[in-house]
Amino acid sequence: MSTHTFKPSLPPPVMSVGAMGWMRAHLFSNWFNSALTLLALYLVWITIPPIISWALINADWVGDNRDSCTSGGACWVFIKVRLSQFFYGFYPEELRWRVNLTVILAIVGAAPLFIKAMPRKLRYGAAYLLIYPVLAYWLLHGGILGMTLVETSKWGGLMLTLVIAVVGIAGAMPLGILLALGRRSDMPVVRVICVTFIEFWRGVPLITVLFMSSVMLPLFLPEEVNIDKLLRALIAVTLFEAAYVAEVVRGGMQAIPKGQYEAAGAMGLGYWRMMGLVILPQALKLVIPGIVNTFIALFKDTSLVIIIGLFDLFNSIHQATVDPAWLGFATEGYVFAALMFWIFCFSMSRYSMYLERKLDTGHKR
Amino acid sequence: MNEAKIKHALGEKEMIRIEGMHKWYGEFHVLKDINLSVRQGERIVLCGPSGSGKSTTIRCINRLEEHQQGKIIVDDVELTSDLKHVEAIRREVGMVFQHFNLFPHLTVLENCTLAPLWVRKIPKREAEEVAMEYLNRVKIPEQAHKYPGQLSGGQQQRVAIARALCMKPKIMLFDEPTSALDPEMVKEVLDTMIGLAEDGMTMLCVTHEMGFARTVADRVIFMDKGEIVEMADPETFFSSPKSERTKLFLGQILNH
Repeated sequence: MSTHTFKPSLPPPVMSVGAMGWMRAHLFSNWFNSALTLLALYLVWITIPPIISWALINADWVGDNRDSCTSGGACWVFIKVRLSQFFYGFYPEELRWRVNLTVILAIVGAAPLFIKAMPRKLRYGAAYLLIYPVLAYWLLHGGILGMTLVETSKWGGLMLTLVIAVVGIAGAMPLGILLALGRRSDMPVVRVICVTFIEFWRGVPLITVLFMSSVMLPLFLPEEVNIDKLLRALIAVTLFEAAYVAEVVRGGMQAIPKGQYEAAGAMGLGYWRMMGLVILPQALKLVIPGIVNTFIALFKDTSLVIIIGLFDLFNSIHQATVDPAWLGFATEGYVFAALMFWIFCFSMSRYSMYLERKLDTGHKR
Repeated sequence: MNEAKIKHALGEKEMIRIEGMHKWYGEFHVLKDINLSVRQGERIVLCGPSGSGKSTTIRCINRLEEHQQGKIIVDDVELTSDLKHVEAIRREVGMVFQHFNLFPHLTVLENCTLAPLWVRKIPKREAEEVAMEYLNRVKIPEQAHKYPGQLSGGQQQRVAIARALCMKPKIMLFDEPTSALDPEMVKEVLDTMIGLAEDGMTMLCVTHEMGFARTVADRVIFMDKGEIVEMADPETFFSSPKSERTKLFLGQILNH
């Protein structure tokens, strides 16, 4: 009997690897693709240099009024002068440290959650979620325990945008999960309630919801009941987004094979433990892209509060562009608004990609 | 597999009693008048063509399927729709599935400690010690910190067995544990199951591994069309089956 000799592994052909191979395969694989490549290069050539020259090379950076903007490029002086308003709205200047402290506490408080070796992470996270909102309310709103009251009507700018987005996300996530569980429940009453809720909120535009909450709701409430305008917006955004989150999460739960439910059930786990320990961790991991998609949309939708007269980041910038002292610099304002929104949304999207990679356990279905 | 028959003594206690069990899927009568009594330490192999109701039968024992008529008593607890009874029975009955059904988001060790921690409320350290002991028994302690997705099918099934054992069950149910495995991995799983049988575990096993049935089983049950057609000790079952249907079935699976 002869022994079988296995053939050695050989390197791949040269033209299929490296920069040349990549270009051949992706940019110049045939005449049509080559033409498209050249056309794309031409488009880049005619659009990018003017943008760079407007935004960076010919731009004005120094000065404190519109007379400093003479070069014909972008007038970033406008943004610089109004920056604090874009960030804090009408929050009293001498109290803005409170906003800064709230942000710093959020970051410092959350940091340990990202340390791998941190013991009792779950307990710490739960405590953080309980304590931080109270602390943030006390710092931002005040009015109790010696903090000067700052009415929510003075809140504005990026700070307000973040408040709406963070409260919306933090509220919509748990509510959405409960709704998703309810919609898949065996109990008909629970199911009907959840389906009705979800379909109602998904069926109306957010702008209508906001408008109703601020204009219609007061008509039905007795005169002495006066719910804060921002609070109404927060509730509206939370309920609205919860319906979307619920459907995304439900999609994830449907992708979990029946065997997982059976295995969890067969070992004696009850409903809540089965969901909390086995089904949801997998379902949520599957729908990270969908959830983050919803939250990115939520973040951008916060600018709709313009309809009820709240001055979020976008509305603050919008108001500044119609200020007679700075007429004519709307482009700079909106570019800046877009850039700010993009930074936050892009960060969320990168974080979701990181999460997906981190949670990947090599299981392919 | 020509190993000598594993000798053991049966306990006196009746672990499972099924009386006149019927089940329907809609209009379809899947289980017809199933009667079975299993004593402590007894090993039972269920075989039969696909759709004969053998899996459904053992899945009724831990109520992954609901029976509509008849009585099932497991370890002195009657299975009713009372969730407390169902959960009490599930704590004492381990199950191994055809497709392993390991939890892919947890490591092997976490898979094994999940139920002891959350159902039995055993302290974490103790649960991990028990888990490592059983992972040793199924001969994969070195994989404890890997995820199921990184293991071979045979290894996954052995983890699934260890996971079920970590609850220290009184009864183990096996639902075609080797059917989804590559041929090279069937033996390692069967060896694990034989080891379990040697320790006196009460086992009900749906399988087509007739060698396993011959070596391990105290009784072999042949099912067809939702009925128990034949029930006998392995010698009688394989050498002189009574019914024509059993002969036909054995002829088909043994001579290929």
